[in-house]
Amino acid sequence: MRDVLVLVAVLLLATVIGLWWRARNGRYTAVDPLLVAGAPSTQADDTRLSAAELGSPLGARATFVQFSSEVCTPCRRTAAVLHQLVSEHDDLSHVEMDVVAHLDLVRRFSIMRTPTTLLLDARGVVVGRLSGATDRRHALSALEACPGGVAAS
Amino acid sequence: MSEHAPASPAPGPTAASAPVAGPSGSRPDGIDPRGPRFGAAITLVLLAAVLLLGAWPAAATALLAVVVASFAVGAFRGVGHTWQGWVFRRFVSPRLAPPTELEDPRPPTFAQLVGLVITGVGLVLGLVGVSAAVPVAAALALVAAFLNAVFGLCLGCEMYLLGLRLRAGRAAA
Repeated sequence: MRDVLVLVAVLLLATVIGLWWRARNGRYTAVDPLLVAGAPSTQADDTRLSAAELGSPLGARATFVQFSSEVCTPCRRTAAVLHQLVSEHDDLSHVEMDVVAHLDLVRRFSIMRTPTTLLLDARGVVVGRLSGATDRRHALSALEACPGGVAAS
Repeated sequence: MSEHAPASPAPGPTAASAPVAGPSGSRPDGIDPRGPRFGAAITLVLLAAVLLLGAWPAAATALLAVVVASFAVGAFRGVGHTWQGWVFRRFVSPRLAPPTELEDPRPPTFAQLVGLVITGVGLVLGLVGVSAAVPVAAALALVAAFLNAVFGLCLGCEMYLLGLRLRAGRAAA
């Protein structure tokens, strides 16, 4: 009898973890707007990425920087979603970075899992991140939270 | 925000088949992602039985040894080469529609290694007399197998990048 209760408790715990993970996966987390506004302009730190570091120009409004690994299936799905979204807007850009080739950036931005997508504003300042497999809804809500009024500088 | 774009096609499984420019270069042959999930469901049942056999420690330990052996095959020969993988290909997959996307076998194989370590430690401790280790290891692996089978969350896969970071850190040190 005790064994049955233990089993039920373990399964309940696993269900709670699973529901929590599913609710959080792919969601957008914004950086504090005050930190974004006060981000230093040139320093290479965890607040911004330059076009040179990306190896690709920044979007006029926003850039999705997706960290992927070659072996990650949800990364391909996320890339397809962002690729589609960016192709519909002239002022957006999507850059995919391989974690093996860019371990320095993985450390600098404390990337713990793939896919993780940083959202940069027009200046290249990190305004938030999407962690986990991202669908179109997640990406759109991230863009809404992005301060689109920030002028390119 | 300006939503001046023309009506966009709904995102869906079709979007996944769009050509994607990315770091994804050449890779080993993809596997049906439902295979490892089905295997996790079998492992889940075995581990539940380990917990239910609490009154018969010898039987529980023997069953855990079966799970450890299965993880060892998956970890060292690849996730597709387990007996669970064989059952999936032989009996389950012919009855399913073809997979909409294929998965790289390396993360689920790495996850088999994580499962091997957890259950292996429990088995060894159980064999040297720490009998509580058998149900504890079974419960931990059970949570992981349940998350994989029911939610499609592969804990070992999530840890893949962490493993990569650790390895690179050690190489740099």
